[in-house]
Amino acid sequence: MGKIANEDLLQKLNDKFAGQVTHLGADYGLLTIETTKESITDVLTFLKTDDALKFIFLTDLTAVHYPELEKPIGVVYHLHSLTTNTRIRVKVFLTLEDTHIPTATTLWEGANWMERETYDFFGVIFDGHPDLRRILNVDDMTVFPMRKEFPLEDPNRIDKKDYFFGR
Amino acid sequence: MSDIQIVEAPAGVEGSGFFATKLDQAVGLARSHSLWPLPFATSCCGIEFMATMGSHYDLSRFGAERLSFSPRQADLLMVMGTISKKMGPVLRQVYLQMAEPRWVMAVGACASSGGIFDTYSVLQGIDEVIPVDVYVPGCPPRPEAIIDGFMAIQKLVQTETLRRREEPKYQALLASYGIQ
Repeated sequence: MGKIANEDLLQKLNDKFAGQVTHLGADYGLLTIETTKESITDVLTFLKTDDALKFIFLTDLTAVHYPELEKPIGVVYHLHSLTTNTRIRVKVFLTLEDTHIPTATTLWEGANWMERETYDFFGVIFDGHPDLRRILNVDDMTVFPMRKEFPLEDPNRIDKKDYFFGR
Repeated sequence: MSDIQIVEAPAGVEGSGFFATKLDQAVGLARSHSLWPLPFATSCCGIEFMATMGSHYDLSRFGAERLSFSPRQADLLMVMGTISKKMGPVLRQVYLQMAEPRWVMAVGACASSGGIFDTYSVLQGIDEVIPVDVYVPGCPPRPEAIIDGFMAIQKLVQTETLRRREEPKYQALLASYGIQ
């Protein structure tokens, strides 16, 4: 089985999920689609279980913060079909007020730690996740450090203060 | 003949058949030349420490060839490398397990100040969680610098009075770190 063409893949998705899937582009040949949190589980299930597609491998699950967008938190899924060697990127955008999204651990056990990491850094809450708590940062951290409103620098640091440099 | 040198005796009163000196100084002399370091190496400074322990630089010359990998038997905690905030409580636990008298050496920029890692996940210097006696600058410091820092620790050990650890000032220092 050869690589599935992006057009065919998009056609298949549009046939199945008319109006729920938006084409975002295909940077470097990687088809990128956007969907909503209501349909994400259905879309992922279809991509994984469809006999022609078989996107059985969840390469990555993460998020991006775009402060300028109306829905600033973008959750990104990278899927890989090992039988056809095709890849696809699925995005779901969330508002800061409501960062809930259904978990993907029902489809891939491997999503467990990726979702914990995404929660840890972006505060995305994966509904249905078996154990959603911080994974990399200290447990008592109160912020989601990869969101742009939080400074990267540690506030305890004093040796970079302006008065040390006569400013 | 042999060029082996032995340490000089501390100042004291000498006569035929006796030598009197202060207990502080005798104890300090013995301690400073038998320090058991605990290497807490997390990154590249640890590699420099390995070179320091190796035959070319040979920290054993200073009486510190016996590395203690249990904090309970160590005198000197040598923290070498980036300490992330998640590692902070571990480092503190190691320090708490050491028996008095204990000394701490922060080797390298990361252990001293966080170094280049000015970020939310890295401790900006181990003195945020435990008191430090000697800071060794460098990124990473050369073995000579580590030995220089070690000799500074030896100097501290030699000149420390026996009751320094009971002093209110020392107790206050520990209390400021929430220890005891």
